[in-house]
Amino acid sequence: MTAATATIADARSRWLTRERVLGIGYLVVALLIVLLFNGVAGETTKFGFNSGPKPAIPLPDLVVPSQVTIYLMAGIAAFLGVVQLLRSGARWWAILFAFVAIAFVAAFITWAAAGKSMSLVGLFSQTLQRSVPITFGALSGLLCERAGVVNIAIEGMLLTGAFTGAVAASIAGNVWIGLAAAVAVGGLLGLLLGVLAIRYLVDQIIAGTVINIFAAGLTAFLASKVLVKLPELNNPPRFLPDKIPGLGDIPIVGPILFTNSFFVFAMFVLIMVIHMALFHTRWGLRVRAVGEHPIAAETVGINVIRTRYINVLLGGMVAGFGGAYFTLGSTGSFDKGMTAGKGFIGLAAMIFGGWTPIGAFFASLIFGFADALQNRLSILNVGIPSEILLMLPYIVTIAAVAGLVGRVRAPAADGRPFKRE
Amino acid sequence: MSDGPPRGTWVGPDTTMAHEAAIVDEAIQKPGKPEGRGRGWLRVDVRGVARSLVVPILAVFTALVIGGFVIVLSDPAFWAAFPSDPIGAIVDGLRNVAAAYEALFTGAIGSPTEILQAIASGDPAEITKALQPISETLLSATPLIFAGLAVAVGFRAGLFNIGVEGQLYVGAIFAVYAGFALTGLPWFIHLPIAIGAGMLGGAIWGFVPGFLKAKTGAHEVIVTIMMNYIAYQLVFLVLKAEGFQRPGRDDPISQNVLPSAQLPPLIEGLRVHWGFILALVAAAVVSWILFRSTKGYEFRAVGLNPGAARYAGMNISRTIILAMVTSGALAGLAGTSEMLGTSGRLTPGFSPGFGFDAIAIALLGGSRPSGVVVAAILFGALRAGSTPMQAATGTPVDLVVVIQALIIMFVAAPALVRAIYHIKAGRTTGTEVFSKGWGA
Repeated sequence: MTAATATIADARSRWLTRERVLGIGYLVVALLIVLLFNGVAGETTKFGFNSGPKPAIPLPDLVVPSQVTIYLMAGIAAFLGVVQLLRSGARWWAILFAFVAIAFVAAFITWAAAGKSMSLVGLFSQTLQRSVPITFGALSGLLCERAGVVNIAIEGMLLTGAFTGAVAASIAGNVWIGLAAAVAVGGLLGLLLGVLAIRYLVDQIIAGTVINIFAAGLTAFLASKVLVKLPELNNPPRFLPDKIPGLGDIPIVGPILFTNSFFVFAMFVLIMVIHMALFHTRWGLRVRAVGEHPIAAETVGINVIRTRYINVLLGGMVAGFGGAYFTLGSTGSFDKGMTAGKGFIGLAAMIFGGWTPIGAFFASLIFGFADALQNRLSILNVGIPSEILLMLPYIVTIAAVAGLVGRVRAPAADGRPFKRE
Repeated sequence: MSDGPPRGTWVGPDTTMAHEAAIVDEAIQKPGKPEGRGRGWLRVDVRGVARSLVVPILAVFTALVIGGFVIVLSDPAFWAAFPSDPIGAIVDGLRNVAAAYEALFTGAIGSPTEILQAIASGDPAEITKALQPISETLLSATPLIFAGLAVAVGFRAGLFNIGVEGQLYVGAIFAVYAGFALTGLPWFIHLPIAIGAGMLGGAIWGFVPGFLKAKTGAHEVIVTIMMNYIAYQLVFLVLKAEGFQRPGRDDPISQNVLPSAQLPPLIEGLRVHWGFILALVAAAVVSWILFRSTKGYEFRAVGLNPGAARYAGMNISRTIILAMVTSGALAGLAGTSEMLGTSGRLTPGFSPGFGFDAIAIALLGGSRPSGVVVAAILFGALRAGSTPMQAATGTPVDLVVVIQALIIMFVAAPALVRAIYHIKAGRTTGTEVFSKGWGA
């Protein structure tokens, strides 16, 4: 928006540049660490690196004095703040930013788990799992948006995928059939979005909202009318975690990366495939052209309408796949509204990740981490109300969207209906 | 407009400022067609109104028909009977649909014969009893009117406020707190304070996305959705807090609003309360703001064409923030009327999605306050009738959500309705575009 550019331009002319604001912000973070996380002098925090009862190569636990570690983290944040202030304008601001964030989170965990033990392997492994539906959602969104169709129906597609996956897998007694059904129904919803947005030129955000409400209503209706009476339709088999032989025995990395259900491995494959397809094939170039400048694309002979239909179809299928994770990969039965906003967080992850598959994955990891951390801390029973911890992922999302949206750029024709002359 | 507007970056080849302003003027006149023609604004363009009603009415009708299909096709008994006796299964299915919709109707309006008999008998107790369903409908419509107005104000300013749900929760927190924490006040001081507190709560929750949108370009859709989730957690948080939670209770429930801050019932013995009148007043005020005031003109100008509005010297950032604050305050009133009139206390799930129904209502009502009132009463009827429907026929209340989603779909895609019924396109303007990318 023009107003935002004007604000940035005003800020440039003053002493308080964005870089200096960041530097001062890091110093504030350091101060906050000291002020918030204290009163644990003399206690120790134990970090575990083993998972499961009998690891192939056991590692010793890391035991650190809590308060000293917290002050160390505050020192790191303060040092980085000074670096940022003195060398303002340096290009590696993102690395500094990440380190300050890590220092803050590390201080927080050390404080919260003081006198207790926290399994880091468990935390990171849960992070990866919690980020699976978010990543699928983000990939779905970026497939659509790279072709110029805003997809805020991810939430509804995930929910429908979860429902269909559970019912189809229960009927067939086979997880793969459940997964295929979820993908198919997700694709159908993608096509519905396409028909509304491309053929009938419905405002894309409204079309997405319609699908979200429709999916929430229909799955809730069917769950109360059918699944309550016939519980055997909501008892699907599940994808169980597999350990890749050899790789799964490597300490730390093995349990986190190589002992997972099919969904996690499929996610990695999909990220790579979409990355290669979008940025290193002719198809991807055409899709991006359609998303950036459909009129130019049409002029050079690319069929804009067809490209958009194909991409919303693919996007819907990916979201249906991710939705199946909720029932076939995670809990094993469908509940009303069980996606709990993961689709919208996926949307934020897509924006945060700058409309790239790999960026979206790392953004999803951050949201997954916030989710996993909240889960672990509520088990540890720290003195913070669980509600505040539950707010964390959403606050992170707002901060991400507000702080980064000026830096990442959406496809130029995103959300604009295309009409042939 | 004002002197010395900053010259915009967008400079067309043959566009003068006057031309731009004329475009804005022309565009803004369109929604309020009858008043701009010098015929006297009371004379309504009957044919125009009739034409504009065709799509919404067909949308509601089509949604009910598809809802009927959903009832039949989701019934395991239908699928069990279909292979051996298809005609019997279909007849039974249609009978189920008729029973469900009849229960929905009588639950929402009441049985017409009963109402006539009650009025004929002249017994006040009988009349009250017969009017019960209508009272329930208006009661359900009350928060929907406020919430629908909130979304409509956003739409007019080009903002899609999905955060009404969160804003009404925060409004409810503020209103309830003012309702029980302030003691010893007469009602004519206490009640306005409690209502104002509710508006303030909603306005704060609307300010955040408005401010972020105006200053950083963060898209309001994502921010408002996130603010919803934060608001849910906030409700749990305050309901656990000492001094807010009802003493002696472990479950999340607030103290009761004092009688001096309550909205009294309209008719003794019925649940519909003065909040409904307040909602009608709010609709009139919003109508005045949007179509008669300078600020409202700015809202609509920014909504229709931000570039032209900026060129005309309007402050886009301030207008966006103000529109979100107004929208949030209206949403806060939805929570407030529930707290001070309907329930008298705060519980976590008091809103069954008013904020999301409100999107459908604003679309169905064409973002016009009068349309919002009519649409909200329709949705209130659906909601009020859905519980008796579930009790009588076992059709889950969630059917109403499906019907609502279909209504929005058909209203948002008039071309779809026209295609189904083979109606020629009228002189209607194209669908408004709300999404403007992700804040770029």
